[in-house]
Amino acid sequence: MKTIDLAESSIRELNQALHDQATECTEREWAVLNPRGQHNIACGLDQNLAVDIQGHAGYFCAGMNKKAHVVVHGNVGQGVAENMMSGTVRVKGDASQAAGATAHGGLLVIEGNAGARCGISMKGVDIVVKGSIGHMSCFMGQSGSLVVCGDAGDALGDSMYEVHIYVKGKVKSLGADCTEKEMRPEHIDELTELLNRAGVDEDPRSFKRYGSARELYNFKVDNADAY
Amino acid sequence: MCGIVGLYLKNPELESRIGELFKPMLIAMTERGPDSAGFAIYGDEVGDDWIKLTLRHPETDYDWEALATRLKTELLLELNWFQNASVAVFKVRGEEAALREWLAEEAPDVLILSVGQSIEILKEVGLPEKIADTFNLDGMQGSHIIGHTRMATESAVTMEGSHPFSTGMDLCLVHNGSLSNHNRLRENLKREGINFETENDSEVAAGYLTWRLKQGDSLKDALEHALEDLDGFFTFTIGTRDGFAVMRDPIACKPAVLAETDDYVAMASEYQALTTLPGIENARVWEPEPATFYVWERSSH
Repeated sequence: MKTIDLAESSIRELNQALHDQATECTEREWAVLNPRGQHNIACGLDQNLAVDIQGHAGYFCAGMNKKAHVVVHGNVGQGVAENMMSGTVRVKGDASQAAGATAHGGLLVIEGNAGARCGISMKGVDIVVKGSIGHMSCFMGQSGSLVVCGDAGDALGDSMYEVHIYVKGKVKSLGADCTEKEMRPEHIDELTELLNRAGVDEDPRSFKRYGSARELYNFKVDNADAY
Repeated sequence: MCGIVGLYLKNPELESRIGELFKPMLIAMTERGPDSAGFAIYGDEVGDDWIKLTLRHPETDYDWEALATRLKTELLLELNWFQNASVAVFKVRGEEAALREWLAEEAPDVLILSVGQSIEILKEVGLPEKIADTFNLDGMQGSHIIGHTRMATESAVTMEGSHPFSTGMDLCLVHNGSLSNHNRLRENLKREGINFETENDSEVAAGYLTWRLKQGDSLKDALEHALEDLDGFFTFTIGTRDGFAVMRDPIACKPAVLAETDDYVAMASEYQALTTLPGIENARVWEPEPATFYVWERSSH
């Protein structure tokens, strides 16, 4: 295992060392010490690495992640795993707003709570939150799944497309065009698999499913000739 | 952008170190606000019929001694004072209104940065580190302190437009965000007798709280009303003689982190600014909820 202490090395040096593994992987396991809330830790990785961040991280931690498995032993600031393509990002504490924003793939697990706009414009990522999420989560979410074991804030799934949302607790309010949907056997199967991948022990039958009612303007084929 | 930081001590033993604990917090927020910086420190209280004023004059070699002498001889006031770089702190046995009137008439270039029993406000244009050094922040003592690093958007980069803003006795406010209804509110508040020194939106928020407190609101009631009446983006940190409050607007796009231990409550725009505090590794660290205020108050005098 290689250890990089951010009390001594810069973020640039850390990220460059991790990026260098993309062409030739010489070290799979990495530990990052003293993150002290700095931004952009472990961004843009493109290799099957295991990166352990020992403490709280700042904004955009593990952004644009590809293939790597990043664990944060603490809280993260805004935009954790934003635009992730593949791999996994696990946050042991809480996440601030816009967790998993625009992410295309991979798995984001938040063991604490996530703030506002969790999964905003998500495009294929799977997000599992053990705690609760804030307002405007999954706004314009296009694809992937969002699992919430606690409660969801206001305007969940506003103007969303095809994300599968599963919430165990209370939803404060649904956003425009978001609606509760029937839990069919294939959804129980999907949720079971998601909870297993995230290592979360919950009964899939205790969740409700939400999705797009497909009633907004952009879903109406009659509007196609406007372009 | 802008950065805000605050430190409220629960353990009085740390009061002698508040400046030293706070200085790195303020400097850590330099990237969020390199235009100007300032802080309001609470401590060194004056007696009940005394008030403390932080005064500033645009000329660095202004003769504060002469001003003090005139106040003593012409208004027959008991007072003592000291200078700290560009400002002077006057402790006066007298009434705020009479002093304000006299200063406006006899020393119109003297700007009153704060009035209260406990508060001192120190602020300047420039980098946070320079301002901390100018005012000898690390040697300061007190019970709570609130600071701001500014990246100007709503009004010019001037000392007057720097935070914290104080519009009433011992009240100060720092703001990250921008208010959209400040012009209308300012006009309404002027009619209610609140004075404003600038065209700045954040000063209106401070003026609003002063007005609510004058109406008899508790700090909590005033904040409740502020959530209804202030429109725009804000994360506020607010200081009163005995209290410390943090509040975010319902949209909550301006960041905030709180940390609490047995010894202190600390607030910052970003966690980075809290990392030098003692025991932060084991502190409870959380993001304040939207449209919610958090208040800490010691038993009032």
